[in-house]
Amino acid sequence: MAREKKEKVRSLRYSHTAIGRFLTDKHTNRSVSGSATLLVFLTVFALISLFPVVFMVSNAFKPINELFIYPPRLFFIQPTTSNFSELFAILADSLVPFLRYLFNTLFIVITGCVGHIVLSSMAAFPLAKFRFPGSELMSRIIVYSLMFTSSVTAVPTYMIMSRLRLVDTYWAVIFPAFSLPLGLFLMKNFMEQVPTALIDAASIDGSSYFGMLWRIIMPAVKPAWITLFIVCFQGLWGNSAGNFIYSESKKPLAAMLQNLSGSGVARTGVVAASSLFMFVVPLIAFIISQSNVMETMATSGIKE
Amino acid sequence: MTENVRYAQSMTKWQYTRRLMKKNRQLYLMVAPFMLFFLVFTVLPVGIAIYLSFMEYNVLQSAKFVWFNNYVSLILEDEIFLKAVKNTFIMALIIGPFGYVFSFLMAWLINELPRVLRTILTVIFYAPSISGNAYVVFTQLFSGDPYGFINSRLINWGLISQPILWLKNADYMMYVVILVSLWMSLGVGFLSFIAGLQGVDRAQYEAAEIDGIRNRWQELWYVTLPNMKPQLMFGAVMSITNSLSVADITVALNGFPSTNYATHTIINHLNDYGIIRLEMGYACSIAVILFFIMLGLNVVIQKWIRRVGT
Repeated sequence: MAREKKEKVRSLRYSHTAIGRFLTDKHTNRSVSGSATLLVFLTVFALISLFPVVFMVSNAFKPINELFIYPPRLFFIQPTTSNFSELFAILADSLVPFLRYLFNTLFIVITGCVGHIVLSSMAAFPLAKFRFPGSELMSRIIVYSLMFTSSVTAVPTYMIMSRLRLVDTYWAVIFPAFSLPLGLFLMKNFMEQVPTALIDAASIDGSSYFGMLWRIIMPAVKPAWITLFIVCFQGLWGNSAGNFIYSESKKPLAAMLQNLSGSGVARTGVVAASSLFMFVVPLIAFIISQSNVMETMATSGIKE
Repeated sequence: MTENVRYAQSMTKWQYTRRLMKKNRQLYLMVAPFMLFFLVFTVLPVGIAIYLSFMEYNVLQSAKFVWFNNYVSLILEDEIFLKAVKNTFIMALIIGPFGYVFSFLMAWLINELPRVLRTILTVIFYAPSISGNAYVVFTQLFSGDPYGFINSRLINWGLISQPILWLKNADYMMYVVILVSLWMSLGVGFLSFIAGLQGVDRAQYEAAEIDGIRNRWQELWYVTLPNMKPQLMFGAVMSITNSLSVADITVALNGFPSTNYATHTIINHLNDYGIIRLEMGYACSIAVILFFIMLGLNVVIQKWIRRVGT
């Protein structure tokens, strides 16, 4: 009796913070010490995981004398944005204007991702909700194709691209992104949990399959297409298109910034600034959309 | 439905299939665009790779059929390939299982945290695997001169007297590559685990508590894992595939080729022949071997995971 009272007092005292509530949660079979150890353990691993990122961020803001200080420091002392201004100065001076690279990247990312979402949704709907000759086979092949990476087939892919005269065009990067199997897989799984009653109702109304997809399914699977956008974005944003695009004026930003990093010690600060930039953009995109991504991932399992 | 049955009775199987296909014309039309791109840029390349792996083809001269010569020279004569296979397996054996278990462990541990804290930790752990090449920062952390972050600390603490060439000395390179890969191993599979854990029905835990489940570990084995099988399978596919395709990291950290080929992987070898030397037939035979290793391992391990909780 006394113990219960004590616990109640304790949970009241700490319950105004989320962590306090977590530690004193007596609903399940948990010990306070266990939960506290857990928090410490997680903090340590979070710090380890974060350390290289902190180092990268900090480097981007270090003035040149701090970049070459001995011993090197994790944090900057006097932060400066000079690395970024130098980066933009170099970009402004380059033979191909910065805006051109930016346009190339945006064109590739947007066309690739929109195409990917449209094509995957169109294909995912029949595979998720109907059975017809071949549907089972297609679903299986998609799962199998998750099991190898595109680097395995890079050589034949290049040969196909060159036969189709797509080498050195944006499409050499965009077309393969259209049919990324992961996107179709996630979209199909997510669509499976949309209630079939909705579709039946629509088919009574005499709606076509395209109509059902457009008016009923697509609004219901918003988290999935946001996730497909994020996955596709992450793939295309950092893609330097190295083997496929060689005209400087068609290269994406990633290729340009990769060239920079090959240009010696003098540009250490600029390189740090540019890799931070390349890292931060997809990170922010993920943070903004993370609740949608998590919702989609809930259905990401491979069923037997 | 009854209509279908009636058709089926009066028709051969083929006629029935034809009929079904005709009836579902619109569905095929919807699947077609994706499948077209998928066939041309994913399925066809696999076919071409298998075909070319029996050829001697260097782009300039026309292809010549050489039976299994490419495979024979790969296995019997190409010592660097065997080294690449060995390296790839060492990496995969460590990165695959550790990355996988670690992804699950972390997902499981953050599962009960308050929402905001869970989200923050998710972002922190997932961030390294987000695109961009964040791993390049390790070239500075493990730089071989005394100005390298790790070297400077170790010298200051008196643990070493000479700076270590982490990225150029064959004794250390493998460890660094594995460390960096593990750092990046909490990827899509990790997200899938978190989401899967959130989806386990609360009532099952309460029922288990009444049934006498005493601690976190029992709860994990008897309630959580059996509920998570689909996510566990998905995560396994992701981590097997990733752990066998380490390549960009070794180029960024150790250069190409790496010292004594100490971190040379199968994909590095494939790129060497396919992109630099343009010996397409030979490159394709490497690709085919890797393709079957990836597929084979995935199939075997999926079989194992199906048994969890049974």
